[in-house]
Amino acid sequence: MSHRVVVPIGPYHPLQEEPEFFQLYVEGEKVVDIDIIIGYNHRGIEKLAESKHFDQIPYLVERICGICSSSHPYAYVLAVEDLLGGEANIVPERALYIRTVIDELQRIHSHLLWLGLAGHFIGYNTVWMWAWKYREPVLDMFEMITGNRNNYAMFKVGGVRRDIQDGDVPLLRKALDELKPALDMFRGAVMDDPVIQMRLKKVGVLTRAQAVDWCVVGPTARASGLNIDVRRDEPYGVFDRIDWNVIVEKDGDIFAKTVIRILEMYESINIIRQCLEKMPKGQIDADVKDIPPGEGIGRVEAPRGECIHYIKSDGTNRPVRHKIRAPSFMNVASNKVACVGGTISDATITLAAVDPCYCCTERVAVLRKPDNQKILNGWDLIKLSQEKTEQIRKGMYHAGT
Amino acid sequence: MDIREQIRERLGPQIIDWKEKSSRRIYFSVKTQDVFKAVEFLFKELGLRFSIASGVDTPEGFEILYHFSCDKTGEIFSLRTLIADRQHPQIDSIAPLFSGAEWVEREMWEMLGINFKGHPNLKRLLLADDWPEGKYPLRQDHEP
Repeated sequence: MSHRVVVPIGPYHPLQEEPEFFQLYVEGEKVVDIDIIIGYNHRGIEKLAESKHFDQIPYLVERICGICSSSHPYAYVLAVEDLLGGEANIVPERALYIRTVIDELQRIHSHLLWLGLAGHFIGYNTVWMWAWKYREPVLDMFEMITGNRNNYAMFKVGGVRRDIQDGDVPLLRKALDELKPALDMFRGAVMDDPVIQMRLKKVGVLTRAQAVDWCVVGPTARASGLNIDVRRDEPYGVFDRIDWNVIVEKDGDIFAKTVIRILEMYESINIIRQCLEKMPKGQIDADVKDIPPGEGIGRVEAPRGECIHYIKSDGTNRPVRHKIRAPSFMNVASNKVACVGGTISDATITLAAVDPCYCCTERVAVLRKPDNQKILNGWDLIKLSQEKTEQIRKGMYHAGT
Repeated sequence: MDIREQIRERLGPQIIDWKEKSSRRIYFSVKTQDVFKAVEFLFKELGLRFSIASGVDTPEGFEILYHFSCDKTGEIFSLRTLIADRQHPQIDSIAPLFSGAEWVEREMWEMLGINFKGHPNLKRLLLADDWPEGKYPLRQDHEP
């Protein structure tokens, strides 16, 4: 078809964390090209970090993202500790366990958040409501340990700022026990549901070769068959002392990404349980005073993938360079191939499948001709997606009778 | 043969400086004109994953560190190069080798003013549309 239409998605969306702007070029229903325009949320944090004391930076980088808000401070303190001689050589044993607990609790809450949004995008609002309902007890656990639901202020160079109280441990165990049946429910409701399977399988496929070419990380990479996970490849915290599995799928479609996130939550519960059991008593902070000149690289497996920080110090109390790379920086760019070739009604869920800071169906304009402009609101795009789900459901019904 | 030996054997004459800071952090430097070939070897032949590149403004010039991750061993190989020409800093783009490098080169281009020769789509990524031309915020002499 020769008639090319531009569908702008963005730059603001009330659902997700960050504004991004996708310009879809479509011919009929088919997406033939996409322009990704970001930068609406650029706050100059790398520059700001150069003006902050080493002890202040965890508070700054914690505010990069409200969902994986412990990944950035964790990667940062690992970078500084790498400069000093390695996390394992500096940080007290108990603090390593607490760091691991925070890291994994965050993964559960982030994956539940994504699962809810993914359900919403494909018109399966029950999943949305239930996923977010069961995310609440996870945030309560955070509040119990750190005093905050988000932005936990737990990390500092050389340790953590707050201890896990012995009295809280039974309550945490109970909350984890209660979470597991909820996950079982999602596992059944999402992974065994034929409608969801038909809606998500073979949609938004990122092949293994494309995943390598775009250097994607995290669940996006693991769904395409790349067996990478920083927690196993370069263990930090106590991941090398705990029994857990890396989940890898082969298909590269959205269903594979969903399966990975659901199964990873089981692993996270498992990891936290083991941490609570094995956690020794003792100090939680090594009280690091000076940062010598040098450079260090720290990385963690954030819920969305590898989050990497590079620090260069000249011996003063501020870094001369602090480079930050969040996982979405690599993952969002890969939409350039994952989205193209699919239909417009798949675009919303495909763009959301890497769990980006994705934005917005709120202000969609379908441009047919300059003199014949049709403006659709965000609901229309979601409706298209819901209609496709409905068609699949009807088709299945007829096939079954 | 482990990856370190392969790199030293293949890129030996080009390597100016080799530093193993710890068991998993290896830094080595090559000249600016050797970067493209070195990256091609690391990414295409050794199959290392490109994590990110860090551009640093140093008193000697602009330094770029290309961080490559070996996901089998957890090592990070940081390929360092120094662009001494502060007036017209430029280097060959590695984006033609693989797509994952496109965005970070755009970022270094707008933040540090380094020109990447051969980049398929060198335009602004993060800075606002009304940001003045010729102002590079991550340069040390940048006055906000």
